[in-house]
Amino acid sequence: MALPTYDEVIAKWDPVLGLEVHVELNTNSKMFCSCATEFGAAPNTQTCPVCLALPGALPVVNEKAIESTILIGLALNCKIAPYSRFARKNYFYPDMPKNFQISQYDEPICYDGYVDVEIETEEGPKQFRIEIERVHMEEDTGKSLHVGGATGRIHGADYSLLDYNRAGIPLVEIVTKIVPGTGKYAPEVAKAYVAELRDILRGLKVSDVKMEQGSLRCDANVSLKPIGSDVLGTRSETKNVNSLRSVERAIRGEMIRHAELLNEGKKVKQETRHFQEDTGLTRSGRSKEQAEDYRYFPDPDLVPVTPAAEWIEELRATLPERPSLRRKRIKEEWNVPDKEMAAMINADVLDIVEATVLLGADPTKARTWWLGEISRIANDQNVAVADLAITPADVAELVALVAAGELTDKLARQVVEGVIAGEGKPSEVVAKRGIKVVNDDGALMAAIEKVCAEQADTAEKVRGGHLPAAGALIGAVMKETKGQADAARVRELLLGHLGQASN
Amino acid sequence: MIQKTAAQMADALAKGETTSVELTQAHLDRISAVDGQVKAFLHVDTEGALAQAKDVDARRKSGEKLSPIAGVPLALKDVLAQRGVPTTSGSKILQGWRPPYDSTVVSKLKDAGVVIMGKTNMDEFAMGSSTENSGYGPTFNPWDLTRTPGGSSGGSAAAVSAFEAPLAIGSDTGGSIRQPAALTGIVGVRPTYGAVSRFGLIAYSSSLDQAGPFGRTVLDTALLHEVMAGHDPKDATSIDSPVPAVVAAAKSGDVKGMKIGVIKQLQGEGYQKGVQARFDESLQVLASLGAEIVEVDCPSFEYALAAYYLIAPSECSSNLARFDAMRYGLRVGDTDGASAEAVMSATRDAGFGREVKRRIILGTYALSSGYYDAYYGSAQKIRTLIIQDYAKAFTQADVLVSPTAPTTAYKIGEKVDDPMAMYLGDVATIPVNLAGICGMSLPAGLADEDGLPVGFQIMAPAMQDQRLYQAGAALEAALLSKWGAPILSKAPELKGAK
Repeated sequence: MALPTYDEVIAKWDPVLGLEVHVELNTNSKMFCSCATEFGAAPNTQTCPVCLALPGALPVVNEKAIESTILIGLALNCKIAPYSRFARKNYFYPDMPKNFQISQYDEPICYDGYVDVEIETEEGPKQFRIEIERVHMEEDTGKSLHVGGATGRIHGADYSLLDYNRAGIPLVEIVTKIVPGTGKYAPEVAKAYVAELRDILRGLKVSDVKMEQGSLRCDANVSLKPIGSDVLGTRSETKNVNSLRSVERAIRGEMIRHAELLNEGKKVKQETRHFQEDTGLTRSGRSKEQAEDYRYFPDPDLVPVTPAAEWIEELRATLPERPSLRRKRIKEEWNVPDKEMAAMINADVLDIVEATVLLGADPTKARTWWLGEISRIANDQNVAVADLAITPADVAELVALVAAGELTDKLARQVVEGVIAGEGKPSEVVAKRGIKVVNDDGALMAAIEKVCAEQADTAEKVRGGHLPAAGALIGAVMKETKGQADAARVRELLLGHLGQASN
Repeated sequence: MIQKTAAQMADALAKGETTSVELTQAHLDRISAVDGQVKAFLHVDTEGALAQAKDVDARRKSGEKLSPIAGVPLALKDVLAQRGVPTTSGSKILQGWRPPYDSTVVSKLKDAGVVIMGKTNMDEFAMGSSTENSGYGPTFNPWDLTRTPGGSSGGSAAAVSAFEAPLAIGSDTGGSIRQPAALTGIVGVRPTYGAVSRFGLIAYSSSLDQAGPFGRTVLDTALLHEVMAGHDPKDATSIDSPVPAVVAAAKSGDVKGMKIGVIKQLQGEGYQKGVQARFDESLQVLASLGAEIVEVDCPSFEYALAAYYLIAPSECSSNLARFDAMRYGLRVGDTDGASAEAVMSATRDAGFGREVKRRIILGTYALSSGYYDAYYGSAQKIRTLIIQDYAKAFTQADVLVSPTAPTTAYKIGEKVDDPMAMYLGDVATIPVNLAGICGMSLPAGLADEDGLPVGFQIMAPAMQDQRLYQAGAALEAALLSKWGAPILSKAPELKGAK
């Protein structure tokens, strides 16, 4: 049986989501010791007796991490527990030095919140409320590098290397309640939720929120139930979802995979799956059929977290502008149509467009560049817009060059390519490539005459009043002038040359 | 010189009558002479000790203001990390490990100029009451070398009792300072939970563990207590308040008008006749000194042992998970193609002894999903009840008392195959740990039937440790005048001793 199409899936099945997002806090020191947290340091250089779990070493909570977590909770409309505790999650794994992870279990620091997200649909913008079950603190594990073997996994490896630099980095886990009722929009809603979280966290300045570096990681739980049914289906949990786009792809892929199994009368296995960036599919990981017993119990080395109510209110007063409100403000200030606004949010270019505008660019022009040409290149290269080697300053300069008449839009596109290819700032690319607008009507007329002679039949058609045929001639002239001509002026001159009044 | 008290040694050092090097060398000589029989030490750091002694002598000569016990040598339980010195917690799994850092207690000792002579034997990871569970063989009681010195701090207690060291440090999770102090005829104190930093103390049961001092007198013990206690930001459970004035209390030693509560549940049936007799006699002495003796009821103590043997194994099953051959210590089975799991498993099988495995399995079970509430959860409730029993009792008395252990020192091997019988030996000491309060054991004389030391236990509320010393010093002085000589003078001479 062939895989069902997405439309076939949603005609029959109703998806239910659950999202667990792990955020690495950007504190200067680790969760329970004073080791540095910088990304990319040489292996095992950011370790100490505590995060290596040497015998006798004890954890002490990083106050800054508690503050960041409370800020996150407040920004997600959560209640803040006046008393919460750390618990030990016990399991053996070589990259976890203590062989237990200090986490929070039944007493999380923040609980019962929500985030509203908006997505663009065929019926216009639509809002969904994602309810937050809990926000809790824990510590990250180290990293294993499995050397040898075919899969890069621990099984079959010749040996493994352990780097404990990441062990003990503060992590905040944000867990949603189950998210029903998103229907066919499930993948988009999930993506919008993670994007919103990322925006909120970035605004709070509590994390680098770089999905590609793992400072923001999303585990997506998906299950299907027949439309109209109240009975939840069996869920799978997809890990290793390392970009916003992957969130959407992973959920769509899992919905299709589940539907195929269910359509065939098979059962979905409750398991952890790993998203594979190249194929967009997931592969089976650890089976969760037999729930692992983590033997949680309150960590006796740590004291309860009891933030004072006044402190919580002080923190609440420092919350920055909520991203959704910011978007409303921007939309009004720049006078952006709904569809364009949604497109900017979807493409995740709002920050970068705003930065470009703040550098003096016209909002519409700035938006058009980032959303158009630059997004297209990012898509082709399969990377995020923000990861291309072009900055808001470059785009602001480009917009200025076009406004000054030194570049046509078409030439400016070549400049964008050059900037992204690492050839320098727009002015440098213009200079290096010798790009300039051809404004010399004489040179243009020579090219027009040459083209009309070569394509006499087409020229005759235009002369006879068949204007659409002019396009091919204009194209040829542009090619002749290496794209440096202003297409509108070419059209004007060409039509005049062929006896047609230009309009 | 080695027969003197630590206070006398400190005095002699201060007056320039001796040097720390001389004093330390005398103890190292004593260790060489007798430790082949007692086996109190796992590691004697001769060079390190003499270097420290030399350093403190130089500091004294330069006129630096030193702590009251600067230059006095000490024996350290192997549960505490000391930089560069082998630290095993009595386990084969840590054989050869040399910590790259000092525990806070060791830092404080070094700052105070106390000379650390070496690491003493203990039940593996402090799990046991006889030091027979050590991965490196038992320690022998200086009073009778066929008997255990108690445990788990048996090495430290035996070292002080055998005059190998005037002072020692132990740790007490369920009685591991007080019980060996009782069985070897010395003084041992378990301070209030949180009074002494646990940073660098290899964890057995985090919510119960507490390091504390051993000495041959109440005052000596107080002098060490004051040096090792105090707030430590590296231990989240450390109490941020001043150390109680224990030395002043030990010097005053007055019980006039003090209310002393005898715990109904911790006497009588199950206590050896000679133990009960010495306890009753001590009560009479205290009464004769002007104390008021009252009886208090602590009904929940009946369940203390059961609660302890759920909480301690539960915590240890998690605390000991880090011994996995990945970063330090023993590694077994690391042959070509062996998985990390297989190496972990083989190492833990080879490195842990039977009692440690027994407690890890017990604790793993007690924390398992579906059993947590019945076991770990219930144990925590009992803990709360015991705290309430104490709180009520302390409204009726300033200190509470009981025999420290139900029996005198038993024969090596006598209880080793009967863990329940061994566990019952902790019945009187465990409630203190569960409640997080403080307790002292001091010698109450010798049992008539076997001529072995009996311990008298005093308990006080959290951060009221000075009351232990106040009552203990009074009883000690009265008994000393009654006996005419310190109790250790009645111990048989060890072979090889000069």
